[in-house]
Amino acid sequence: MTGNPEKSAYSRPESLRDVPTHFCAGCGHGTVHRIIAEVIDDLGIRERTVGVAPVGCAVVAYDYFNFDVTEAAHGRPPAVATGIKRVRPDLVVFTYQGDGDLAAIGTAEIIHAANRGENITVIFVNNGIYGMTGGQMAPTTLVGQPTATCPGGRDFQLAGPPIKVCEMLAPLDGTDYIARGALDSPAHTRTLKGYIRQAFLNKLEGRRFSLVEALTACPTYWRMTPPASLARIREEIIPQFPLGVIKE
Amino acid sequence: MPRISINQSRCKGCGLCVEVCPKHLISVDRGMNKKGVYPSFCSRPEDCTGCLLCVTACPDVAITISED
Repeated sequence: MTGNPEKSAYSRPESLRDVPTHFCAGCGHGTVHRIIAEVIDDLGIRERTVGVAPVGCAVVAYDYFNFDVTEAAHGRPPAVATGIKRVRPDLVVFTYQGDGDLAAIGTAEIIHAANRGENITVIFVNNGIYGMTGGQMAPTTLVGQPTATCPGGRDFQLAGPPIKVCEMLAPLDGTDYIARGALDSPAHTRTLKGYIRQAFLNKLEGRRFSLVEALTACPTYWRMTPPASLARIREEIIPQFPLGVIKE
Repeated sequence: MPRISINQSRCKGCGLCVEVCPKHLISVDRGMNKKGVYPSFCSRPEDCTGCLLCVTACPDVAITISED
């Protein structure tokens, strides 16, 4: 099977189209796309999976995934996924959202979808900055981190601390699975794949709302090389956003 | 024996595979591709053990490994 780490062979998963992506060099979106495609291939659910893409750098996910993907208004993928899942309960429905989409403009949608316990999977890609619009401060930007809109670093007094979405949603009774992984090393990448696999398995077993957060890098707007940006995830971000399964 | 293949036109030269290769087989110093980036290439493919760490790190699925 493609992408099986147990075998010394690897080829592109069937769920990922063989096209070049528009992502910058070293962007985590490509890796998260690949992991999702590998999991869907492994579970054999490509023909009955529907993804909902966000607004942000991952907006054209429908060009990259080789299964049905629809686009939602900014921040509204949980609402669109709710509709799809309720009309077609036989489908596996997931949303793919960045930190601007999920944690800023879409905060209301994600909280209420989680609280209702919708049977959807949410993949939350958190790079702590608005990559698509030019590197502005996001709700998940670390205190002290410089961005286009806070060149002196995020000010705690002015903008508060970063939102921890996993810890915010875990107490809700509607959520069944909340986990956070990172892409800073191959080991963490494989652990993250395990979380995403479990989040999709939960849907097949009829469990309720699952969310997996992926800490990724934005080398372009962090103004770093890709290897240095992975080191920043390891040294600065993971201490503030602890990894692991937060609720199951 | 594992055979590594790096798609020179798909690679964006981010260098993440260079960082993770435990045998230091991959480098980015062999000229520019049509996109103007310096893609990765494997200098000693015969030493590749097929550990798949480069594949895990590559954001662009530019690396494939086949088994002879």
